[in-house]
Amino acid sequence: MGAQGTDPRLHLTPSPHLKAPVSTPRIMWTVTASLVPVVAVATYYFGPSVLLVVGAATLGAVSTERVFGPSASLGDGSGALTGLLLGITLPPGLPIWMAFLGGAFGVGFGKLVFGGLGQNVFNPALLGRAFLQAAFPAALTTWPAATESWWGLGDSTLALPFTSPAPDAVTGATPLGLMKFESTSTPTWDLMVGQTGGSIGETAGLVILLCGAYLAARNYLNWRAPVGIFATVALASGLLFMIDSARYPSPAFALFSGGLMLGAVYMATDPVTSPVTNRGVWIFSVGVGILVVTIRSWGGLPEGVMYAILLMNALTPFINRATQPRPFGAEPTRTRPAGGPG
Amino acid sequence: MDHAGEAVQLMWFSNGFRHGVHPPDSKELTAAVSVRRMPYPKEIVLPLRQHAGKPAVPIVKPGDRVERGDTIAEPDGWVSVPIHASAAGTVRSIDWWPHPDGTVAETVLLEVDEFSPQVARPRLVPRWEGLSPQESVEAVRQAGVVGLGGAAFPTHVKLLPPEGVEVSTLLVNAAECEPYLTTDHRIMVDYADRVHFGIRVMMNALGVERAVIGVERNKPDAIERLRATAPDDLDVTVEPLTVKYPQGYEKMLIKSVLGQDVPTGKLPLHVGVVVQNVGSIAAIAEVFETGLPLIERVVTVTGPGVARPSNLIVPVGAKLRDVLDFCDGLVGDVTEIVFGGPMMGVSQPDLDAPIIKGTTGIVVLTREESRPRHRYPCIQCGRCLDACPVFLNPSLLGRLAQAGRYEEMVDEHLDTCMLCGCCSYVCPSNIPLSQMFSLSKAAVRKHATRAA
Repeated sequence: MGAQGTDPRLHLTPSPHLKAPVSTPRIMWTVTASLVPVVAVATYYFGPSVLLVVGAATLGAVSTERVFGPSASLGDGSGALTGLLLGITLPPGLPIWMAFLGGAFGVGFGKLVFGGLGQNVFNPALLGRAFLQAAFPAALTTWPAATESWWGLGDSTLALPFTSPAPDAVTGATPLGLMKFESTSTPTWDLMVGQTGGSIGETAGLVILLCGAYLAARNYLNWRAPVGIFATVALASGLLFMIDSARYPSPAFALFSGGLMLGAVYMATDPVTSPVTNRGVWIFSVGVGILVVTIRSWGGLPEGVMYAILLMNALTPFINRATQPRPFGAEPTRTRPAGGPG
Repeated sequence: MDHAGEAVQLMWFSNGFRHGVHPPDSKELTAAVSVRRMPYPKEIVLPLRQHAGKPAVPIVKPGDRVERGDTIAEPDGWVSVPIHASAAGTVRSIDWWPHPDGTVAETVLLEVDEFSPQVARPRLVPRWEGLSPQESVEAVRQAGVVGLGGAAFPTHVKLLPPEGVEVSTLLVNAAECEPYLTTDHRIMVDYADRVHFGIRVMMNALGVERAVIGVERNKPDAIERLRATAPDDLDVTVEPLTVKYPQGYEKMLIKSVLGQDVPTGKLPLHVGVVVQNVGSIAAIAEVFETGLPLIERVVTVTGPGVARPSNLIVPVGAKLRDVLDFCDGLVGDVTEIVFGGPMMGVSQPDLDAPIIKGTTGIVVLTREESRPRHRYPCIQCGRCLDACPVFLNPSLLGRLAQAGRYEEMVDEHLDTCMLCGCCSYVCPSNIPLSQMFSLSKAAVRKHATRAA
């Protein structure tokens, strides 16, 4: 017999024996790293409080992952990414204990209760933000003006846990708020380079766009999602603008104001909570775009990107179901076995 | 469809199967190395199961002397082929022996005559002209020819299409899309005339007017050589193909070369095509040139872990150990030895496993290529959907397989999966999708058998 021929050094693995040079942690950490310029620009505009808020949200997310997550799941990078993403959706002057709480909620209730990475229905970062918005509506809509003293941390950032001091004297409104409640537009160039009030990561559209283009070029995000959202928003708001240019903003304003860039590039592209098929991603992105324009134009809120994406997250399983690819060599129309919801 | 329309369609859909993956082809190790013959080893081990279908039945017993080319086992039924001694020697035993598929199989062990000149007995060389299709098919069958591209399906079965099926095209599969392998490449460069002679015999047996050879563009010398040696009196064309895995899969190849979809569960015959691997064609040519059956084949021995990468003519039944020795052994931190290409091939635990008719190559991988990888949860990134050449949803199938929901997998077209491994290759979470589907298919078959 050949038993003596067995070589203990030899591994036995299933085919294929080659592997594409990409891994889930690499994707997560690269996306995380691509946010560094975004945070840097925000820090330049709003001062060091940005770093504190982002840091607190990340710490909240990571520590929750560490304590309640599966063993060694910190290494996959998804927890840190959730915290960071949540952080940049928050106002720069937010008390950091709130940011921490949001990060913890996002990872805990947005991801871990569903069974961890890959199982969650909703974008954890956005769920964390939705939680904060529901719990602390005033703090979440207080925007320090970008022109304030750079070093001034203000009382609010370092507020003691469970306290929420009155906002600093000077607060700026966001361009969308100005649009909604005062019908005042902001120059598009200011929006693109971030010379406006707003959340940490939503003020510098150009930087986000560049980072997104880099990620798309490396195939770390599905370019169809942002492209579909931009096209839909431009088209829908362009239509409204043509109907009544006094009441509705221009498409350029619609694209570069609020969290649209951030949401389209970094939130709608979360693979877990967006459709897995490319056709599905197109449907998803058109849905987000329409919801954004709808909420902004007729809703009670100045901004709707968060809710638009969360709503489409909920539809993702159905979109997946409806856009299954047709197998090679299969009959043109799929026949499902009768009975059962499929 | 009229001919003009067909020509337009051919132009549009040439090289046109979608999806697939682009692993580094790593063929430079052996692409320029001419085929040479390996000396006869001291022992030859011939498993009775080397082909798809029923194993052959031995007709020798321990102590028998055999000459090179003698039949040692007869086919068992139509989808089965005989096995021949690949060297002169004495039958030592018929016993269980490690098989390259990872199991053990009944195997004839030959002790090779040290001083034999290894000349075959005088043989009657079948004349291909004037042979009826049935007679050609029988000659191919008696020579034990199987598909040499890896699947080892008996060639004669493909040569005799059922009544009423019209075959229009012989499609020669020379894509060789597996990384590292240069077996078909070197056959085309070193034995181009033999390839064309084999095509002539095949076209005669099948009664077809047209033959197309599909070759991936990374073998320009093979394309040039085949074109230069093509006969004037036959309609034989060489079709350069995009370098993409799995270009060499029958259905992908038909799509690329002829622009046709073969329906799920149907054979290429359904669209009037017979596909043959170029190595098998050369083997058929040899049958009608020398009368010798299939007792040796070209094998690429390659990979970063082998000292002297080579393309060798290896007697069927030579042990992995002896082939590696002839290539000056192993170098570096060898972790894995694969029979076949790295995308579909099988890891070998045992250096005593023999090279069989379907062994296209031996790829020796080091820690660099085959280090163990941590598995992460599926993040639904969709890379597997973009890679799957047959347009399945491996992500969904993987989740179903994980939960053991095999019946739902059948609804999701598990039967269309051909286990090419593209999904596993691209998965960033290192989920062994292809392996899961292989096991699921086995579970479905088992269930079906039990129910029947």
